[in-house]
Amino acid sequence: MTESSPRRFNEQAADALQNVELQQALNHMRAGFVQRRREAIDRLPEFEGLRDESQAIKNHTLDHLDLYLEAFEKKVTEQGGRVHWAKNAEEARRIVLEICRAVDARTVTKGKSMIGEEIHLNAFLERNDIKPIETDLGEYIIQLRNEMPSHIIAPAIHVNKKRVAESFREHHTKLPADRTLESRVDILAEARSELRGRFVAAEVGITGANFLIAETGTSVIVTNEGNGDLTQTLPQVHVVLASLEKVVPTLEDATTLLRVLARSATGQEMSVYTTFSSGPRRPDDPDGPEEYHVVLLDNGRSALYGTDFQEIFRCIRCGACLNHCPVYGAIGGHAYGSVYPGPIGKVLSPALMGIDNAGNLPNASSFCGRCQEVCPMRIPLPKMMRHWREVEFDRKLNTVRARWTLGLWAFFVRRPGLYRIATRLAVGLLSRCARRRGHFRTLPAAGDWTRHRNLPAPQGGTFQDRWRKKRLDR
Amino acid sequence: MNSREAILGALRTNLRRAADGGEGAKTVMKRLTTHAQNLIPMRGQRDLSARVALFEDYAVDAASTVARVASTEDVPAAVAKFLRAHNLPTKLVRAPDPRLDAIPWRRQRILTLEARPATENDAVAVTGAFGAVAETGTLVLTSGNTSPTTLNFLPETHIVILWADQIDPDYESQWTRLRARYGEGMMPRTVNLVTGPSRSADIEQTLQLGAHGPRRLHIVIVDV
Ligand code: SF4
Repeated sequence: MTESSPRRFNEQAADALQNVELQQALNHMRAGFVQRRREAIDRLPEFEGLRDESQAIKNHTLDHLDLYLEAFEKKVTEQGGRVHWAKNAEEARRIVLEICRAVDARTVTKGKSMIGEEIHLNAFLERNDIKPIETDLGEYIIQLRNEMPSHIIAPAIHVNKKRVAESFREHHTKLPADRTLESRVDILAEARSELRGRFVAAEVGITGANFLIAETGTSVIVTNEGNGDLTQTLPQVHVVLASLEKVVPTLEDATTLLRVLARSATGQEMSVYTTFSSGPRRPDDPDGPEEYHVVLLDNGRSALYGTDFQEIFRCIRCGACLNHCPVYGAIGGHAYGSVYPGPIGKVLSPALMGIDNAGNLPNASSFCGRCQEVCPMRIPLPKMMRHWREVEFDRKLNTVRARWTLGLWAFFVRRPGLYRIATRLAVGLLSRCARRRGHFRTLPAAGDWTRHRNLPAPQGGTFQDRWRKKRLDR
Repeated sequence: MNSREAILGALRTNLRRAADGGEGAKTVMKRLTTHAQNLIPMRGQRDLSARVALFEDYAVDAASTVARVASTEDVPAAVAKFLRAHNLPTKLVRAPDPRLDAIPWRRQRILTLEARPATENDAVAVTGAFGAVAETGTLVLTSGNTSPTTLNFLPETHIVILWADQIDPDYESQWTRLRARYGEGMMPRTVNLVTGPSRSADIEQTLQLGAHGPRRLHIVIVDV
């Protein structure tokens, strides 16, 4: 696998558009997610009210985040668990390693965790002779294929079943050559039996967290497979990886957010398993882990509080913005070169990776506004992408050509009289040049457009002139 | 300065928190202790019999199967019938739950039950529930010495015995019961909200039942 990177966004996107299997998968995805979400929302008249409340709950929590984190920590400690604070990815990885070493762990099972992806935990554990095993089917598939997730809730959305069967044959050494892996049923049964043994053998189970609850010192995970539950119930140690903003005040607040989460994500009324975990097993519990750890990751987040970007931390990772994004729908997740693809990634990745590394991402948008419309937390994603573009411009990170063009444009728009004259001249010139054909096959400075299609020549004056004429006619 | 202080310090500075927490600290304390209810959908707010019907509808929508019986005496026959219909083993592992102790299992000679946590070799588990939520057909299962969590996940088939009056309109009612049982701010180690059997859509976005958890979830509702 060649590492993809936001720096090579343009090439990666061009490749994605040519990838037939990916395009088939994306077509299939768009229809399914969009329609199921619509139906689920139509069944619940209170949905818009729940969105408003969810937004208010998170705004309140983010404004008091330091206090809620302290309350959460206190409660976890009271119940015999431990909270660890990690400033960056390196600290988080080191904390996890120490927990694993303390119980001589050889294998670690993992429920789906975006934080695990963000800190590249698997490669690190392997370098330290601990075998990490992803147990969410989608994550397991991409682990075998040595890939990044291409969707935040459907990580293997780009892989078809033929490719899954190929990976299983390559990696499952006990799989008889004559066993059929034709149907999805066969494939799922094979994954289930292969992973069963792993759940039982692992010393440590690592999960993410959809929410942390300050009132009770609880971590919450949401899954459909039940993999997260086996991951955290069977091993001796349960480690939860979470970013700071996952905390909410009370059980009631978590409940409100849960009501919008599954409906926005998969169009389910409720995901199959929503699991609340508080501390290690109690003295008379017959099963469950003996240790419970929560690793709280900052990784650049705390610096964004009190700024225009604070609102991004309302995100509950439902994936609705990806499912409705025309850019994501055309190129899939890998082209973005970040573990967080799509509209949410365009805002979050520059914060985590630096705008100088991820500056391409906030620019890869048509500003159609669909993401903000469907976001259950009403995060103003387009506005925030624009903020990043401003930061990028202010720090002089764009190409010389882009800066020069923007500068020229800015010069004219600040001078309306001049702007009118200049556009009139340009429109007249263009329409005269293209008189016969009505379009351009190539045009200097518009090469990115004309490489793929013709540029229609302007007909009948500038927009401003036509608008004025229309108003006068009325 | 350790990482904890560095992170909390950065947050306090950026959020302009007063040194002693100020007004914010009072607001937070109040919110945590009052745990006020937010907007609750009307959907589940009906009388008991309508609630049970709603629970059944949503449970079935989520691919659970449901049987209704008139009394506790009828549970063993309902369980045996379900096992026969799906050609499943009659050797069962069950929760050491006093409510399940009180069921006259012997009336169905073919059933053998062991009360203990589950292992990877068990095929069918029988448990009770802490309660249920009509709003989405969801079961609420809590861990404890009479209700091991492994029973909910390891066996391929999970049978849950639920008494009709355990079905509440909404999750909030269950949280109220939970606080009454375990105390303010206290939870058992694990609370599972379960809505249907395990599934995955990770292969070509097509739903397939029975991923890692149970392939079948059968709920026997006992009328009261
Ligand atoms: S930004 Fe909004 S729509 Fe996108 S994943 Fe986050 S919560 Fe969902």
